[in-house]
Amino acid sequence: MKRARPKDWLIAGAVLLLRRDRRPPRLKPGEREPVVPAGEPRPRAELLALFLLGAGTLCAVAFIAVYAIDRIPRQTQFLGLSLGLSLLFVAAALIVTAKRLVVTEEIEDEYPLDEHPDEQETVLAAVEDSASRLTRRRLFKLGLAGAGGALFAAFVTPVASLGPVLDMRRFYDTPWRRGKRLVDEHGRPYRADQIEEKTFYTAFAEGSDKEQLGSSLVVVRLPKDDLRLPPENSGFDADGIVAYSKICTHAGCAIALYRVPLFPPAEPKPALVCPCHYSTFDPSDGGSVTFGPAGRKLPMLPIYADSRGQLRARGNFDEPVGPSWWGVRMKRPT
Amino acid sequence: MIRRLVRFVDQRSGGAPLLRKTLRYLFPDHWSFLLGEVALYAFVVLVATGTYLALFYDASPSKVVYHGPYAPLQGQEMTHAYRSVLDLSTTVKAGLLIRQTHHWAADVFLAAIVLHMLRIFFTGAYRKPRELTYWIGLSILGLALLEGYLGYSLVDDLLSGMGLAIGYGVLVSVPFVGANLAALIWDGPFPGKHDFFSRMYIAHVFLLPALIAVLLSVHLALVALKHHTQFRSQPRQTERKIVGVPTFPGQTPRSLGLFLSVAGVLFLLGGLAQINPIWLWGPYHTYVSTNGAQPDWYLGWLIGALRLVPGWDFTIGHYTVVPNPFWGGAAFPLVCFGFAFSWPLLERRFTGDYGYHNVLDRPRDAPGRTAIGVAVFTWISLVFLAGASDRAQVLLDLSYIGQIWFYRVIVWVGPIVAGLIAYRVCIELQRGEQVERERKRAEAAARGAA
Repeated sequence: MKRARPKDWLIAGAVLLLRRDRRPPRLKPGEREPVVPAGEPRPRAELLALFLLGAGTLCAVAFIAVYAIDRIPRQTQFLGLSLGLSLLFVAAALIVTAKRLVVTEEIEDEYPLDEHPDEQETVLAAVEDSASRLTRRRLFKLGLAGAGGALFAAFVTPVASLGPVLDMRRFYDTPWRRGKRLVDEHGRPYRADQIEEKTFYTAFAEGSDKEQLGSSLVVVRLPKDDLRLPPENSGFDADGIVAYSKICTHAGCAIALYRVPLFPPAEPKPALVCPCHYSTFDPSDGGSVTFGPAGRKLPMLPIYADSRGQLRARGNFDEPVGPSWWGVRMKRPT
Repeated sequence: MIRRLVRFVDQRSGGAPLLRKTLRYLFPDHWSFLLGEVALYAFVVLVATGTYLALFYDASPSKVVYHGPYAPLQGQEMTHAYRSVLDLSTTVKAGLLIRQTHHWAADVFLAAIVLHMLRIFFTGAYRKPRELTYWIGLSILGLALLEGYLGYSLVDDLLSGMGLAIGYGVLVSVPFVGANLAALIWDGPFPGKHDFFSRMYIAHVFLLPALIAVLLSVHLALVALKHHTQFRSQPRQTERKIVGVPTFPGQTPRSLGLFLSVAGVLFLLGGLAQINPIWLWGPYHTYVSTNGAQPDWYLGWLIGALRLVPGWDFTIGHYTVVPNPFWGGAAFPLVCFGFAFSWPLLERRFTGDYGYHNVLDRPRDAPGRTAIGVAVFTWISLVFLAGASDRAQVLLDLSYIGQIWFYRVIVWVGPIVAGLIAYRVCIELQRGEQVERERKRAEAAARGAA
């Protein structure tokens, strides 16, 4: 052990005068310098943390109990409560630990170097020097790129099996043909005398898959005098009954709202509305857009009432159904 | 014991230097630095709860008639997918808790990412050398939006089906190739064939989460390699010197505490706060929809944009070049993400500041950036609000058409006004500080003279 010299005594005296902290414990031989500085014990905080850990334990056990005992009502709520509280108690214990029990040291460190120019040079040199045996470097690169690209294309090709990527015919398909009956959800044919004003009906092509976008219709009856069908849709109605595709031409939701004026003419005309983005269509004039984001009129189905009064299609829609896509105006529905 | 463990690991991996560095890695202390951590922990909860849900989910759109314990749906035709989630929610013990926690976690995950992103933006944390970290973070946000959307689409209740229909409508609206892409994904036009659900499922439980996890790892690795940024709250915090709390022992209990707090709050919400009661919505059919339908909050901006665009398709002859949903559903988010991605480059171009930045700006320190950020954020927020206009109509009896016209104007005026105000506020705050500094200097000088 080294003997204290006068200089050491001076320093010790200055420290005693200026700092009133405890002297750091002198290191014994073989003892290390502390990495984390020592701190005062805080028995109360420790007790609190222990208490919180205990509460967390209890709640976790409670979760298992609630799970196991079926007689407990509102199981979901109690399960969530017990598990959530358990986690929060343990979290609180950890936060007490962080704030009161662990020595919080704010220390400094250097930011890493912005860059390593020497290493960069070495990397570059390795790349440059690697091709010394090649005589036709550009051709070689081209060969590598060509093989890589072709292999990638080959790997991607089977993706085309996922769906008919080029065949757009099914986008024009509907099940409607001349004479096809309009049926309700249970397959029962609609009769013209069932269709009343101021309400709307959902109809499907008889025998079709109801989920197919081209199948479902919204059917309403308007006073005959209110109908103002454009020339290309003339005769599409069955004595005031009109039928439109139920699928909105904007984004493909079902048109599920029918706005009917209670006090005409003070209120706006009847309108078919899609609840997704409020595209609004006029059923009296062939389905034109009167408000909202739809960019195409609602496809109209020509219908008639047969000799038994049942509603049937006179043909197909005047336009393809469903949301707009690049080819939606190029062909008639099939 | 610990000594032996450390020794074992070091001898087999040579990992002691890395371990030492990790333990003494510094975390500058500021509450806003925890937002990213919240997102990380929500992701952990999502993976854990999601794995549990996957043990019960049946990704099949084939039809079944319901004869289960939930009486109001008795006898209804539905898909196996919907049926399996219904059973999980009504008959599996703790099933509803886990499902609701998963849903809440998704909402919190995205909220935390967005708040984290705002913090990064307004403090200039994305600047060199952290652009890569920022771009990866933005990519995670984009993937998380898609992941969340697929998550609630898998349920196949009425709302998720409507959401899918809209997603399909947006995809087919992509110019030139949209319908082809949709045909590929759905195996033909909507509602597609059987395989579509398998595709959504694998994307939701494997492809996207794996991608997010990889990006998240790179994101965190980059943060650690370049160290955290810091505010200059003490004079010794400089561009070269970082001051913070080391991982161990200081930061570990804090972060663990935060993790358990996030998980605890999510499970409390999952148990006590009902979310997406799918039994009330009923099964989806293409020919059914409901009024007042809203997506999860993080897609609200897209619904708003879809509603605000005036109704026209851009056509040349019989060729439909840009169908309407493209503007709101695709172009709008692309512009927003394009702005966010290119901002570090744009800012660098305009300010000529190509330097390294480890010290953060406060919003007032960069009034131009703050003003532009506030303007863009206001823009998106107003569009988001427009998405709720159907609710405002029902709850507040405001005319829907009137609201839409109001929003069509305000979404352009509002951001300009908000940006100008933000700029002004920044300048005033700067001036206030200037005055304060001068006053202090004068007082010190006066004291010195006395």
